[in-house]
Amino acid sequence: MNPEYVIAFLASTAAAATPLVLASTGELVAERSGVMNLGLEGVMLVGAVAGFSATLHSGSAALGLLAALAAGMAMALVFAILVLTLQTNQVATGLALTLFGLGLSAFLGRDLVGQTVAPLPHLSIPVLSNLPFVGPLLFRFDALVYVSLLLVGVVAWVLARTRIGLLIRAVGEAPHSAHAIGMPVVKLRYATVLFGGALAGLGGAYMSLALTPMWVEGMTAGRGWIALAQVVFATWKPRGLLLGAYLFGGVTVLQFHGQGLGIAIPSEFLSMLPYLATIVVLVIICRNPQTILLNKPMSLGQSFKAD
Amino acid sequence: MSRLEARPEPSRTMMLASPLIAAAAMLVSGSLLFLFLGQEPLHAFYVYFIAPLSSAYGIGELLLKATPLILCGVGLAIGFRANVHNIGADGQLTMGAVAAGCVALYFDGVEAPVLKPIVLPLMIVAGALGGLAWAAVPALLRTRFNTSEILVSLMLVYVAYLFLGYLVHGPLRDPAGFNFPQSKMFGESALLPLLAEGLRVNAAFLLSLVAVAGAWFFCRHTFAGYRMQVSGMAPAAALYAGFSEPKNVWLAFMVSGALAGVAGVGEVAGPLGQLQPSVSPGYGFAAIIVAYVGRLHPLGVLLASLLMSLLYIGGESAQIELQLPSAITGLFQGLLLFYLLAADLFIHYRFKPRTRATTTTPIATESLQHES
Repeated sequence: MNPEYVIAFLASTAAAATPLVLASTGELVAERSGVMNLGLEGVMLVGAVAGFSATLHSGSAALGLLAALAAGMAMALVFAILVLTLQTNQVATGLALTLFGLGLSAFLGRDLVGQTVAPLPHLSIPVLSNLPFVGPLLFRFDALVYVSLLLVGVVAWVLARTRIGLLIRAVGEAPHSAHAIGMPVVKLRYATVLFGGALAGLGGAYMSLALTPMWVEGMTAGRGWIALAQVVFATWKPRGLLLGAYLFGGVTVLQFHGQGLGIAIPSEFLSMLPYLATIVVLVIICRNPQTILLNKPMSLGQSFKAD
Repeated sequence: MSRLEARPEPSRTMMLASPLIAAAAMLVSGSLLFLFLGQEPLHAFYVYFIAPLSSAYGIGELLLKATPLILCGVGLAIGFRANVHNIGADGQLTMGAVAAGCVALYFDGVEAPVLKPIVLPLMIVAGALGGLAWAAVPALLRTRFNTSEILVSLMLVYVAYLFLGYLVHGPLRDPAGFNFPQSKMFGESALLPLLAEGLRVNAAFLLSLVAVAGAWFFCRHTFAGYRMQVSGMAPAAALYAGFSEPKNVWLAFMVSGALAGVAGVGEVAGPLGQLQPSVSPGYGFAAIIVAYVGRLHPLGVLLASLLMSLLYIGGESAQIELQLPSAITGLFQGLLLFYLLAADLFIHYRFKPRTRATTTTPIATESLQHES
């Protein structure tokens, strides 16, 4: 096999993994505080269309990413108000957010179909980026790839080693006890849900600004749901997210490189792989009920009302 | 501070009123959206919500588009009642369409008169089995391996879309179809009879009414239906009574999968008449909204399906007559569910009378904003 081909494969794996890393990291933080946002897919789509539209109209990718962050947070705010303040069912509200996001993004993006923007600029460091092998594998990505990796590290550190991380975990495991000793349960959950929304919006924008720099209706194609599955796969621990996301990135890329790698299977079947892999991985992780019981935040999905 | 207080018991009136409030709120925000898009709101409102209903053809279209929503929605509602969330109905619908399409194409060109009358019944059975088989996967994985049925059923939607795409681009493509990715048109014997001359609504609508009646009987008069309702409303009580959770999961997925499969038959043996790269504009997902708006009750689902169907055909007529974007339909669907969830707050809470609010101490009242 051609080594250049392998390098190209690995590099596009990192790009394909980045939206998943971003979205699942945000969702992991929200779930550790006890809130499951099944609307991730809708949030990502709105982030994708907001980021693309802002970049197209302003010419600045930075503004586009900011717009995606803001749009993701706005979507998450709607979810948070319903779930945290109005105590609606998290599953139903999450589904509503996804369906609303599908409609809203298609509506906002109705005049954007067919337009293109310049993809996010790639890093270019003198000498380092031009090194053989190492250059394309380490020093030639766009900034968000590095940001997403850094973010996983920071989130892991914050959750495990800081006071705010302890608060988040306490609220997720035992909200009533946390409330009883004076912790602001609902405020903290607002914060984690908004953080998750911001990152999901950013993940969506990565798809419309870097992966395929254009807007297509429903372009996330289930990435939001795969990100949700990844949190389970990582057993709610940040370090597991990277392994999962890069694995799925690789599987996703396989469909584009399938023919080049000499795999003679209709492209539709290769495109099924990320979805089938998600199911297989879920089965492997959930097969042992103890894995889930030991790691899942105790209050995940339950409404909290102080009384 | 608080203006809300808990009701002593859930309000039945609000339970029935909240879908109406949600629909009214959606109509109001719809009118505002029309204004924002530079349309005259009343005229746009008329084109969207009234004009489609003013002709017999329009009513026929309303029933035609309501059919898959009723079939999927009734099945999903049965599961949702027991806290079993099948959100992959669109995939099950697609696989039902594939199975029925294979039967139709297999019997295509068969001239024997004895075989002709059995093609349609075979297609319906095959469609139901196709949807059922697709729904059996999340049910099996949930009961056997404890995996989330939400995620698995959703993943399988994409797999089903891709499988249909493969079939119409490959083995089932019409050789005489100028390379368009679609199958041959089905023969006369593989098409559902129309209910009236000049309308497109077909016999699948009658099947959907049978499904509503059957689901109503199941929920109201069978022990399994009771068991599932207890499991949904009071899981602890269901556990104590020894009700089996796996049984609920299987039953919910079998029923909803088979009904979604039949909905797929209604599409390919009805308005489409062939297999196409997509056989549903998201009916299986809209059915989730239908199930909730219909209060998870079969008769409610019937009414909610008619409303949702109006959103689809209203969107089409607004697109043709006013050049409004077709994406408005999806936006309205999402808004409807949001408004419903918000209005449902008042099933359990009510506004405190103003006079009492000034005299009672905050401690004595249970409040939503209590902890903030």
